[in-house]
Amino acid sequence: MSQSYNRGLIEDFSRWREFEAGMWAWIFHKFTGWVLIGYLFTHIAVLSTAIPASGAETAVLQAGNDVYTQTIVSLEGLLLVRVLEVGLLAVAVFHMLNGARLLLVDLGVGLESQDKSFYASLVLTGAITVASVPTFIAGAF
Amino acid sequence: MSTQIPKQTEKADETAAETESEAPSKGDERRAEKRRRADEQRRQREAEEAERAAADENTVELRVFRYDPDVEGKQEPRFDTFHVPFTKGMTVLDALMYSRDTYDSSLTFRHSCRQAVCGSDAMFVNGGQKLACKTQIDELEEPIRVEPLPHAEVTKDLVVDLEHFYDQMEAVEPYFQTNEYPDGELEEQRQTRENREKIKMSTRCIWCSACMSSCNIAAGDNEYLGPAAINKAYRFAMDEREGEDVKQKRLEIIEQEHGVWRCQTQFSCTEVCPKDIPLTEHIQELKREAVKNNLKFW
Repeated sequence: MSQSYNRGLIEDFSRWREFEAGMWAWIFHKFTGWVLIGYLFTHIAVLSTAIPASGAETAVLQAGNDVYTQTIVSLEGLLLVRVLEVGLLAVAVFHMLNGARLLLVDLGVGLESQDKSFYASLVLTGAITVASVPTFIAGAF
Repeated sequence: MSTQIPKQTEKADETAAETESEAPSKGDERRAEKRRRADEQRRQREAEEAERAAADENTVELRVFRYDPDVEGKQEPRFDTFHVPFTKGMTVLDALMYSRDTYDSSLTFRHSCRQAVCGSDAMFVNGGQKLACKTQIDELEEPIRVEPLPHAEVTKDLVVDLEHFYDQMEAVEPYFQTNEYPDGELEEQRQTRENREKIKMSTRCIWCSACMSSCNIAAGDNEYLGPAAINKAYRFAMDEREGEDVKQKRLEIIEQEHGVWRCQTQFSCTEVCPKDIPLTEHIQELKREAVKNNLKFW
C-alpha cells in the first residue's frame, strides 16, 4: 500500500451540524462542567474576603463597612454580574438535569428515550432560567 | 466529467526514454496527436452527457470525495460531481456504481453483497455514517455528499484503512470458547431461548465499522476497543454456554483502562448502526457486570 491520507483533527470539529441528541448532550455536559469548575474558583476567591473581614470591629461589621460586605455589594451592583448569575443558574440547572439523565443511562433505564430526556432537560432548563430572571435582575437597572 | 488524468503525457515520456532523447519520430507524433484527439472527443462526449443529465430533472447530484496518492494530480483531495438518472428504489451504492460504470472507471469503493450483509460499504453520506447499499437516495437531500468514513485514513477515494478496526475486534477474542462440556460425548451445547433472545441483537454485527467511525472517544483514544468490539465481547460474555471461567477472562479484557470505561454514552454508535444494535445499552450492561464482578463485601 502506498501512502494514505489523514484528514486530521478538522474531521472532529467541522461536523457539528450533523450531531445527534446524545452527542449534543455530551458536549453541553462537558461545557457546563468546565464553566462550573471555573465558577467554583472565583466563588472561593470572593468568599475568602470574609477571612480579613472576620477580624474587623463589631461596629464596622454592623455598619456593613467590612471588606467582605463591600466586595459583595460592589459585585452585585454590576449589571454584568447580574446577567452572568442568570447564565450560571442555567448552566448549573442543565448540568444537574443532564447528570440525572446520565445516572439513568448508567443504570440502563430508558435508553431508548435518551434523546427525549435530553430535550426535556433543555426545556426545563430554559423554563427555570426564564423564571429566575426577575429575581436576579431586580433593581439592576 | 471524468477525472481520469490523460495517460498520453506519461506514455510520451516513456517513448522518449526508449529512444534515448532522440527526436520523436513522425509515427510517434501522429500517435500522440491521435491520442490527444481521442481524448478531446471523449471529454466532449462526457461533458455533453453530463450536461444532458444535469438538465434532466429526474437525476440526482452526487458529490464524491476523490483522492489517489498514486497519481500525480489526484493527490490533492477534492470532490467530483456526478449526475445519475434516478430510478425507483435506487440506493447510494447503486448511484456510485452507475457513476463508476458510466463516467469514471477509476472511482474506487468497496462493495460486495449489496444487501447489507457483508458490511463492506459503510460510508459518510450527507454527514452520517451509513451503509451505502441500504440508504435510499430519495430519503436524502441533494446534492448527496459521499465521503469515506471519518477517523480512518483514506487509502483511495472512498476506501479507508480498516486494519485498526479489525485489530480491536480481534483483541476481544471474537469466537466461542468454553471448558464446560455436556455429559454425553455427542450431546449438543444447548442455549436457553431466553439467553438466545438476550444476545440476539449483538449477534447481528456485520463489522462495517460505522460505529467505530462515529465514536468521538475512539477517534481520540486509539487504544479504546470501540463499540463494535465491546458489542462482540458482550455477545460472548452474555452467552451462558461459555461458563464462568471464560466469562471472567472476558470481563478482564473489557474492564481494562481502554475498555468499557472509555465510553461516555454519546449514543453516536447506536444512532449510526445499520443493524440497529443497541450498542450503548450493551456497553452499559458490561460496565455494570464489571462493577458487580469487582465489588467485594468483607
